[in-house]
Amino acid sequence: MSAVVAEHDEHEHHDHGPMKGWLRWIITTNHKDIGTLYLVFSLAMFFVGGAMAMVIRAELFEPGMQFVEPQFFNSMTTMHALVMVFGAVMPAFVGLANWMIPLMIGAPDMALPRMNNMSFWLLVAGVLLLASTLFMEGGAPAGGWTLYPPLVLQTGKALPFAIFSVHLLGVSSIMGAINIIATIFNMRAPAMTLMKMPLFVWTWLITAFLLIAIMPVFAGAVTMLLTDRFFNTSFFDAAGGGDPVLYQHIFWFFGHPEVYVMILPTFGVASTIIPVFARKPLFGYSSMVYATASIAFLSFIVWAHHMFTVGMPIAGELYFMYATMLIAIPTGVKVFNWTATMWKGAMTFETPMLFSISFVVLFTLGGFTGLMMSIAPVDFQYHDTYFIVAHFHYTLVPASIFILMAAGYYWLPKWTGNMYNEKIGQLHFWLSVISVNILFFPQHFLGLAGMPRRIPDYAIQFADWNMISSIGGFIFGLSQLLFLYIVIDTIRGGTGEKVTDEVWEEASKHGLEWTLPSPPPYHTFTTPPVIVPSEHH
Amino acid sequence: MSSKDSYYIPSKATWPAVGTVGLVILLAGFANHLNGSSIGNPMMIMGFVIFIIMLAGWFSLQAFESESGMYNHQVGISYRLGMMWFIFSEIMFFAVFFGSLWYTRNLSVPWLGGEGTGAATKELLWPAFEATWPTNGPAHVGGEFEPMGAWGLPFLNTLILLSSGVTCTWAHHGLLANNRDQLIKGLIATVTLGVLFVMFQASEYHEAYTEMGLTLGSGIYGSTFFMLTGFHGLHVCIGAIFLMVVLFRSWKGHFKPENHFAFEAAAWYWHFVDVVWLGLFVFVYIM
Ligand code: HEM
Ligand SMILES: [Cu+2]
Repeated sequence: MSAVVAEHDEHEHHDHGPMKGWLRWIITTNHKDIGTLYLVFSLAMFFVGGAMAMVIRAELFEPGMQFVEPQFFNSMTTMHALVMVFGAVMPAFVGLANWMIPLMIGAPDMALPRMNNMSFWLLVAGVLLLASTLFMEGGAPAGGWTLYPPLVLQTGKALPFAIFSVHLLGVSSIMGAINIIATIFNMRAPAMTLMKMPLFVWTWLITAFLLIAIMPVFAGAVTMLLTDRFFNTSFFDAAGGGDPVLYQHIFWFFGHPEVYVMILPTFGVASTIIPVFARKPLFGYSSMVYATASIAFLSFIVWAHHMFTVGMPIAGELYFMYATMLIAIPTGVKVFNWTATMWKGAMTFETPMLFSISFVVLFTLGGFTGLMMSIAPVDFQYHDTYFIVAHFHYTLVPASIFILMAAGYYWLPKWTGNMYNEKIGQLHFWLSVISVNILFFPQHFLGLAGMPRRIPDYAIQFADWNMISSIGGFIFGLSQLLFLYIVIDTIRGGTGEKVTDEVWEEASKHGLEWTLPSPPPYHTFTTPPVIVPSEHH
Repeated sequence: MSSKDSYYIPSKATWPAVGTVGLVILLAGFANHLNGSSIGNPMMIMGFVIFIIMLAGWFSLQAFESESGMYNHQVGISYRLGMMWFIFSEIMFFAVFFGSLWYTRNLSVPWLGGEGTGAATKELLWPAFEATWPTNGPAHVGGEFEPMGAWGLPFLNTLILLSSGVTCTWAHHGLLANNRDQLIKGLIATVTLGVLFVMFQASEYHEAYTEMGLTLGSGIYGSTFFMLTGFHGLHVCIGAIFLMVVLFRSWKGHFKPENHFAFEAAAWYWHFVDVVWLGLFVFVYIM
């Protein structure tokens, strides 16, 4: 190649550390900076979405109307879900991917650093656009996060803003996912073969594929909402030959894989943490990889289990019922593998491990209720009740969110070079795990007794369990402030004890990131590392 | 480390932030416009201008870096992976509209007409409705219309796009053989055919709106017809602009037989647009 000189200049440039001043954070291309931006943003959104949940639980504390208007209540359920899904959980995992994937595969950075920057800022833009709808005439969208027509078409001025926010979030996710795929396929250190990659990397590779496949589908669905409302099309209007149920099919073709977008990286982190604290290699590494791939594949062919009550032909009901049940198989493989990893391990119970173990137990519970709802005739009873709310909160809060917490405790010492306060960490864990069950377990009973979801008031017989649930909710919400405290405290020095490169006993057997200094330098692996055979096999 | 083998990582990126600001202003402007607010249009224009400036700036930067030899083989692979997966996302976007066409045409319209489990629906809602295709639904939304035939302009457009695929490949062969003349001629032919396609489609739309009564508001037939062909047309425009940029760069002497990612990306995109059109021609026009 001819013009090596220019390249060399650029290179010298690199070896300086980060830029000075706030501008660094806007124009950065560094995967660690961008990872930090994602993580901080998602933590902020976790509290914004959490505040909305507090409004919901406060209103439901007692029967009757207490604090908010019904319309605003419905806006809260809708916005809570959208903010948590698109603002908190997904970006948090993208943040982890940015920070950890290059370190885990021995790459100097993400493959497409400029696009990486853009995908973060589009995320912020999308969430801001969404949040702005709270202040608009007619209120924020209130028809549920699924945005079903015709109800959602009655939204006021907020509708086009919400739709464009979905477009921006979609573009952001697609860019992030493309970047992750390109990084994993193209940036691995020489000896890092695919089947040597840590499971977190594997699960993200598959998740990224899901994202690229489904985000355009959601974008298409909301585009049709837009044209139905503003450009006279009849996609979802039976009078013009369309069908509102068509929207549900498209939405759930996106929506079901979307819930796996939030759970697959969770599986990856759990498979990373549990072996370290069990001091054993992960049990069944390759079966984990295949199980993840099967779950991803199945997630594309089960979507109408969300629509058992819309009046599908009986063949559809049966097909979607059996297909959904199949998911239990690869999911079961994973649960057994995590359990077998711990079997006879020399386990210790630091905070990351506590969160991971409770993930295994409580996620399984959420999976079981999913299996119950997959039985079509039975789901006729469960559908649109609090049973559904209990199901997906078990799969999201004590699963995805708990694992995000575990990841925070596990890697914070690596990121900052400081140790978090283990006592407060464990306090956070115990408060969370107890209150999350007080919060969500009674919702199973409420649902079975027939309490509908997305309703600001309810019949008197639901009063007791709702009050208990709300109390659990408030404790859970408040406990999360401890996490915020710990994160800030750790960044500012933590316990004062300097951590080693390994941080956790023998962690370097489990991942390349533990061979680097804590905190790692701004640029890592500018020369590819030599990979020694790891404990995976 | 030999600088030749190192992966090029830019130290900073200013265009993404500019692009984000442009996009947000553009979309917020469009939303305001749809809500009937007068600041919508100026915002849209401003956002669009910023967005275009971003595209020009960012692509020039990439072109400059590429020509200065800053990208090694591995960087090239990352770009190709990026483009491939981007096209995959576009395929999924089109799949939504093809899927909607399939679903309404084969399932929901027949149900409205009383087929299968739809007997009661028909009886109670629109007893007079007969399920046929094309249709604008039981309420005849949008009034009388004439469906679009396949064998006039649309067939011509099929031939045009197919030939443009050939000229594009011919240009690529020229580039690989270091034959700049063939590269430029091939690209000119491709771009011209693309522009011709768009012009014919515009006249088809004009005829639909003014003479056939067929509009975006003509029930489900009009909705699916214009959404599918409209988004496709938009993609042809984007592809043609992309090819024009590549043509311009070829003129300036950019690209080498072993280093021409932008050409490849544009060509892949063009072939993708081509294949989507074949799908459209079969499922929207012929069937
Ligand atoms: C383990 C296998 C699982 C099965 C068999 C399953 C099954 C189901 C079914 C049948 C429904 C629809 C219930 C209804 O509306 O009547 C549902 C709803 C839902 N599931 Fe699952 N699920 C599983 C795992 C998960 C996971 C891992 C997540 C998320 C991480 C999740 C998130 C959700 C959500 C968010 C909804 C409700 C969507 C809504 O209506 O707003 N599920 N699930
Ligand atoms: Cu599902």
